[in-house]
Amino acid sequence: MVVFEKPHGLTDVPLHYCPGCTHGIIHRLVAEAMDELGIEGRTVGVASVGCSVMSYDYFNCDMVQAAHGRAPAVATGLKRALPDNIVFTYQGDGDLAAIGTAETVHSAARGENITIIFVNNAIYGMTGGQMAPTSLPGQVTQTSPYGRDVKTAGYPVRVCELLSSLDGPAYLERVSVDSPKAVKNAKRAILKAFRNQVEGKGFSLVEVLSTCPTNWGMTPVEALEWCRENMVPYYPLGVYKDKYADEEAAK
Amino acid sequence: MSEKVLMKGNEAIAEAAIRSGCRFYLGYPITPQTEVAAYMAKRMPKIGGTFLQAESELSAINMVYGVASAGKRCMTSSSSPGISLKCEGLSYLAACDLPSVIVNVQRGGPGLGGIQPSQSDYFQATKGSGHGDFRMIVLAPSSVQEMADLTSLAFDLADKHRMPAMILADGTIGQMMEPVELAEDMHATQYEKPWACTGTKLERGHNIINSLILKPEILERLNIERYEKYKIVESEEVRYEEYMMDDAEICIVAFGIASRVAKSAIMEARKQGVKVGLIRPITLWPFPAEPIRAAADKVKAFISVELSMGQLIYDVRLASECKKPVHLCSRVGGMITSPDYVLKKILEVNEMGGAV
Ligand SMILES: Cc1ncc(C[n+]2csc(CCOP(=O)(O)OP(=O)(O)O)c2C)c(N)n1
Ligand code: SF4
Repeated sequence: MVVFEKPHGLTDVPLHYCPGCTHGIIHRLVAEAMDELGIEGRTVGVASVGCSVMSYDYFNCDMVQAAHGRAPAVATGLKRALPDNIVFTYQGDGDLAAIGTAETVHSAARGENITIIFVNNAIYGMTGGQMAPTSLPGQVTQTSPYGRDVKTAGYPVRVCELLSSLDGPAYLERVSVDSPKAVKNAKRAILKAFRNQVEGKGFSLVEVLSTCPTNWGMTPVEALEWCRENMVPYYPLGVYKDKYADEEAAK
Repeated sequence: MSEKVLMKGNEAIAEAAIRSGCRFYLGYPITPQTEVAAYMAKRMPKIGGTFLQAESELSAINMVYGVASAGKRCMTSSSSPGISLKCEGLSYLAACDLPSVIVNVQRGGPGLGGIQPSQSDYFQATKGSGHGDFRMIVLAPSSVQEMADLTSLAFDLADKHRMPAMILADGTIGQMMEPVELAEDMHATQYEKPWACTGTKLERGHNIINSLILKPEILERLNIERYEKYKIVESEEVRYEEYMMDDAEICIVAFGIASRVAKSAIMEARKQGVKVGLIRPITLWPFPAEPIRAAADKVKAFISVELSMGQLIYDVRLASECKKPVHLCSRVGGMITSPDYVLKKILEVNEMGGAV
């Protein structure tokens, strides 16, 4: 009996992520969702600019690489052109909540029937650890060497809360992957975000609190603890919007 | 079957795009091209197409990138300041070899500039529409009929050579009304697109559309291969018109609205006994260098007539190998050269003979 195997949704290309980086876990959850819904053959993924840029090599479905921040616009074009396909983006916080804020907000406002996997690691990983729109107050990064001073650098952006004021999105949830229990919960949310699209329910975004041990300057275990102790209180987990919750509960 | 109708230039672009099989239009309002968007907003929903008003030109061009990645014909249009925003996307479209059609109905710049016609995006369109080494096919219509015909051609060339193609028009031709003849179906050739991302159906390996190439030796090779393709485009796709060049002693080079004004000036100059002709590039890239090179052996001087501070003139100098003087006749900022203004320049150059 096979107890554990690589999901079909992932290719055999070895992931390049740093040891202990949770990007790998999130990739797996996306691939499992494709497997479980049987949608890999009709899915087109959009890779963004950030550490996950090479996810075009890792996901087994067709993949399009987008310019920094533009993934939701590219996904909009793809979904409009291929309404029967499943289109998702996989984006970091710099990509989604800084340079791509307009694309994020407006694809949500239009209620595009796409799925967004938003990986919030409170830092710019790929470029070597600069302050992100989601870096916490006081957080030390390469470009906030004395800690993020909200008087000059402003406050972090809470994406789920921000988008929840819009009528467009169908589903917004923030999850974490800092423990096996959290991963199970994240899996449920990601699966739901894809199922929503299959069922034509519209814009679904799952924000996943993620770690960057390398640029946080921590061991993988310390990073998981830092996420739990510092990020989760600032970015409360939970469902921020679920248009069809009542309908689904009634079923 | 063809019909003859009276249309604005911008509307002719939109209708020709639809008849060329374009079912996706993504845009953002800006004068003087908004009629393209308005026309598409009306027509697309009636024919099962998609009209989408994006939140910015950046977003619009990236939606184009998405549709093009799915292998479907798509178009966006804008005017000068909006095209600057699209440049990021143009670089990515070229880097990923994605067929797409971009319309620039130019207005005066730089900055926010004005809303009157201009040709001052010539450099941007033909030399620098984004970072990196790449080219776009650039077509320059000079009548409403050509707005339609060249739009259709742009779709075909983009598909044929797998690259973005731009219609470089200006506010005058965009706004002017002229009779146009439109074929029912302008979708000349259907191209197979096995590279498109439409889902693997679990029947093939995954397609990847991507421009991140971290190994310099591979990135160099891809650039060189793309330029091999550009060589083919340069040898196969040059289009231009020669007007009264047989006996010409002065050769005007002008495109778009400037070429029409030049033609009126040429008629007048010839009445006064000055032998002047016109070479009108229809493709700005690939540039019709050969006829200009040939003309350089016959004429005594060139005049570049343009609505910019001297942009086209560089290509005329290069093509003529500086064998003969090249003079500039231009108005800018939304001002248009009148036939008299061009005539004055012709007479002046005629007086000078071959002197600079
Ligand atoms: C237009 C543009 N600006 C800047 C960059 C450089 N850049 C590459 S990745 C990145 C940050 C990505 O951070 P994030 O989205 O948080 O993803 P992570 O790497 O943390 O997973 C930046 C700024 C770029 N590639 N393109
Ligand atoms: S830099 Fe950070 S986010 Fe990027 S792979 Fe390494 S640990 Fe992960």
